[in-house]
Amino acid sequence: MADIQYTVKDFKSENEVRWCPGCGDYAIMNAVQRTMAGLGIPREMYAVISGIGCSSRFPYYMSTFGFHTIHGRATAVASGVKLANPDLSVWVITGDGDGMAIGGNHFIHLVRRNIDLNLILFNNKIYGLTKGQYSPTTDRGFKTKTSPFGTVEDPFVPGQLVLGARGTFFARSIDSNMKLSQSIFESAASHKGTSVVEVLQNCVIFNDGIHDAITDPQFRAERQLILEHGKPMLFGANNEKGIVFDNRGKLKVAVIGENGVTIDDILVHDETEVEPTVHMALINMQYPDFPVAFGVIRKVTAPVYDVEMVAQINQVQQTRKIKCVDDLLKSGNTWEVQ
Amino acid sequence: MKDTRVIEMEEVAIRFSGDSGDGMQLTGTLFSDASALFGNDISTFPDYPSEIRAPQGTVGGVSGFQVQFGRKQINTPGDYAHVLVAMNPAALKANARFMNPGGTIIYDSDSFNEKNLAKANFSTDDPFAEVKLDDHVKVPVPITELTRESLKDFGLDNKSVLRSKNMFALGLVCWMFNRPLDYIDEYIKAKFAKKPGVAESNIKVLHDGFNYGMNLQHMTPNFIVHPAEIEKGTYRNISGNVATAWGLLAASEKSGRPLFLGSYPITPATEILSTLAERKDLGVKTFQAEDEIAGITSAIGASFAGNLAVTTTSGPGLALKSEAIGLAVMAEVPLVVVNVQRGGPSTGLPTKTEQSDLLQALYGRNGESPVVVVAASTPSDCFWYAFMASKIALERMVPVILLTDGFLGNGSEPWKIPTMAELPPITPRMATNAVNFKAYARDPKTLAREWAIPGMAGFEHRIGGLEKNAAGNVSHDPDNHQINSDIRENKVQRVVDLVPDLELYGDEDGEVLLIGWGGTYGHMISAARELREEGRSVSLAHFNYIKPLPKNTTEVFGKFKKIIVGELNLGQFAGYLRSVLPQFSYHQVNKLKGLPFTVDEIKQSVYKLMEE
Repeated sequence: MADIQYTVKDFKSENEVRWCPGCGDYAIMNAVQRTMAGLGIPREMYAVISGIGCSSRFPYYMSTFGFHTIHGRATAVASGVKLANPDLSVWVITGDGDGMAIGGNHFIHLVRRNIDLNLILFNNKIYGLTKGQYSPTTDRGFKTKTSPFGTVEDPFVPGQLVLGARGTFFARSIDSNMKLSQSIFESAASHKGTSVVEVLQNCVIFNDGIHDAITDPQFRAERQLILEHGKPMLFGANNEKGIVFDNRGKLKVAVIGENGVTIDDILVHDETEVEPTVHMALINMQYPDFPVAFGVIRKVTAPVYDVEMVAQINQVQQTRKIKCVDDLLKSGNTWEVQ
Repeated sequence: MKDTRVIEMEEVAIRFSGDSGDGMQLTGTLFSDASALFGNDISTFPDYPSEIRAPQGTVGGVSGFQVQFGRKQINTPGDYAHVLVAMNPAALKANARFMNPGGTIIYDSDSFNEKNLAKANFSTDDPFAEVKLDDHVKVPVPITELTRESLKDFGLDNKSVLRSKNMFALGLVCWMFNRPLDYIDEYIKAKFAKKPGVAESNIKVLHDGFNYGMNLQHMTPNFIVHPAEIEKGTYRNISGNVATAWGLLAASEKSGRPLFLGSYPITPATEILSTLAERKDLGVKTFQAEDEIAGITSAIGASFAGNLAVTTTSGPGLALKSEAIGLAVMAEVPLVVVNVQRGGPSTGLPTKTEQSDLLQALYGRNGESPVVVVAASTPSDCFWYAFMASKIALERMVPVILLTDGFLGNGSEPWKIPTMAELPPITPRMATNAVNFKAYARDPKTLAREWAIPGMAGFEHRIGGLEKNAAGNVSHDPDNHQINSDIRENKVQRVVDLVPDLELYGDEDGEVLLIGWGGTYGHMISAARELREEGRSVSLAHFNYIKPLPKNTTEVFGKFKKIIVGELNLGQFAGYLRSVLPQFSYHQVNKLKGLPFTVDEIKQSVYKLMEE
C-alpha cells in the first residue's frame, strides 16, 4: 500500500460544500481529508457514515463511499458496515445532538463493544440544523430558543461517557487547530477499537463563540493543555505551568519554581494507562479552574469486536462438520419415505 | 397447492412420565380433571410400570399417564403424545417412541445428570439425540431446584420436598394449556384436610410452577401439520422459525452474498436469531444489537457493505424499525425484515398468534414508502418464502417484509428436504462498469438500481435518506421527487414478474371463493376440503404475495359469486383488497383471540354466507 500517493483533492467530491461561511466544519473536514490522503489506504476502502445534523452532510463532500443515514443511528449503521467487511476503514461523523441525545444508546454500546471504527463527534453544544435549541452538551443555565430562561439540566461530558462505557480511545481537539486534529485522527486511525474524537466546533450562526474562552489566541496557551504521550503536562505561554497531584490525589495546577515545584513534579501523560482515574480527571478539567485537556487522552489495548467475531467464526468452522447448506439440511434426525 | 391436514391444539395429547414414586398418576389425573372441568372432552391412559417399585431411575420403573383433550369428541388417548413431561432420563427413554414428530419435551434438567443418564442406560451425554428426539422442542426446567427453593421456608425434610416436584410440573403445564388452578387447589385442600401443612406446601409449589411458566413465557406448539399425501423422499421435522433461518442461509449460499443478521431478542421471533447464531460454521454473522433500531440499522449498514442483510422481530419491534425501513426504501438497499407476528397492540399477547401487522407492514412508515410484502403459510414453507424474500431484495434492490406469525414460528411439520440444486438462482445486481457509474441508474425493465459496495475501486458514491438525483446527490427539485416517488412504487409493483400466479384449491369458478393469507393456511384448506366433501361450491385462494399481488388475482376473483376473506385481525387484508381491487365485494370472517381459527369457525362463516 506504500505506493499509494493521494493528495487532499483526491478526497473531495464534486459536490458544492454548503456549510455556512465560517463554520468550523470546514477545518475538520480538511483535517480528515489530509489524514486519509496520508494513511496509505486505498480510497475505495473508506466508508464515511453519518447521522443527521449539519455535520452529517459530511459524506456528500467526500469522494469515498459514504452513507448519510438517519438521526442518531450512524453508529449502528457503521457497526454493520464494519462487521460485514472488517477490512474497511470506517469513519462515523456525528454531533452532540445526533450522538449524545437520540443516538446516546447506540453510542455507548458501540464504545462498549470496541468495534474498530473512528468516530468524530462535532460538539458545538447546540442544535444547529433545527436552528438553535439546547443539546445534551449545552451548559446548565444556558439560554436558547427552547430554554429561554436557561436550561435546568446538566450536560453530558462526552469523555465521561466514553470512559463509563469502557472506551479504549478518547481524544479532544478544536476545529481551528487543524494540525492537532490531523495528528489525533492519525492516531485514531491507527488504534484498534472504537476511537472517539470530540472536536469542539464553533457554530457561527446559533452558538458563535461558545468555545472562545478556551480558543481565543490571546489566552489559549493558558487555557489549553495539549497532551502528548510520554511528555510532562505543561502549559502556559512559556510552558511554566503544569499538572500535579495535590495531597489528596487530585489534579492541581502548579507553577514551576513556585513552592519548590520542579519539572520532575509535573505529571507525565500516559495515554496507554488502562486504569482510567487520571484519564477521567483530565477529561473533567474545566476552565477557569484548569486548562482544558486536548490531544489523545486515552489509547489502550482491549479485545476488538470485529476481530473476535471473525476469529470465532474461523474457529467454529475448523471444528464443525457442516460446510454448506446441503449438509445442514441433511443433518440430525431425518427419515425416508419410500 | 399443497394439501395438508391440521391437528389442532384442541386435540393435544400430553404424557406425564417419571419414576413410579414421582406421583405422575396423580398429576395426570388432576390435569385431566381440570381439563374436563374446563369444558374439554378428554380421554386418559394410565401406563403403570409392572413392578410398582422397580429400581428408581431405571426404565423399568417409569410410570406414565397420557391424556388427550379436545373440544371435539375424543375416543382415544391419542396414539402419540404432543407433549411429554419427563421427570428423569428414564422417562425420556421409555416414552421416546410415543412422541409425535415435532412434539415438545418438558424435562427436569436437574435430574438429567450423569448418574441418572447411566441408570437409564444412555451411553452419551446427549440423550435426546440417542432416542432421535433432537429435533423436538425441548423445554429444560430445573424442577428439583425450583421446588426446593419454593419450599425452603416450610421446614420440610428432603424427601417431602422431592415428593412435591410433580406439583411444580403440573402448575407449569396448566399455564401452558391455559388451565385455571382453582379445581386443583380445592382438590388438594380436601385431600389433605387433616394435614393443612401438606396442603399448603403442595399449593405453593403448584402456583410457583404456574408462575414460572408465565414468567418465562413458555409456549406450546399450537399445531402440527401433516401432509395429506406423503411424497417419496427424505424428510425431517422443522419449525417455522428454524425454516426461516435456514431459508436465509440457503439464499446467502445461492447468491454468494454473506449473511448478516442484526436483531434484538423478542418473543416469538428470537429463535431465528439463536438458530443463526449457531451457524457460524456457515459463516453467518449475527449481531445482537442494543435495541430493535440498532438491529435494523446495523443490517442496513451490512447491506450497504454488500451482505445479504436481515433483521428479525415481532410487531412492537417492527414499529420501532419503521423509520429505518424508510431509509432502506429511500436509499434502495436490499434488506429482509422478518416479522413473526403476535397479538397486539403494544406488548399485547406476546406468546399468542395474530395477523394484525399486515397494514403496519404495508403502510406503517412516514411518506410514500412502498416495500414488498410476502407471507409464509406453513412452518416448513417459511424456508421457501425467506429464500424468495431474499431473492427479491437482492435482485430488485428493495426492502422486503416477510410476515410469519407465532403459530407458524413455533409450530412444526414434517418437511421433505430440498437440495440446493433444486432452488432457483439468485443474481444480485452487482455493478460491473465503473465508467459513468451512477448509484441510481436503473434497469429499465425492473427499475432496480445497481449495487456497488465499499471496496470496489472506481465506484465510490454517496447514498442517504434525503431525496436524491440519479448520481445519489441530494436533490430538492419538485419534479425529481415526483419521478422518484413513482419509481419507488413501480419498482415494487414490477416485482410481480417474480410472483407465481395465484393457484386455487377447488374449481376455478363457483359460488364462494374463500380467501386467506399467511399462517391460516392449514385451517383454511382443511375447511375448504370439508366443505367441498359436503358438496358445496367453495374454492380457496390463499395468498403468499401481498404486495405486489399475483398478476391473475382479478381474473380469479371475477369467477366467483361471493368472496369471503378470513384472517386473524379485524379485516386488514379485506381492507387492502378493497382499496386495490375495489370492483369486488368482500365478506369477512375475523378472529382476535390470540388463537388460530378452528376449521369449524371457517366452515360456519361459509354456511352463513351461502344462506344469505
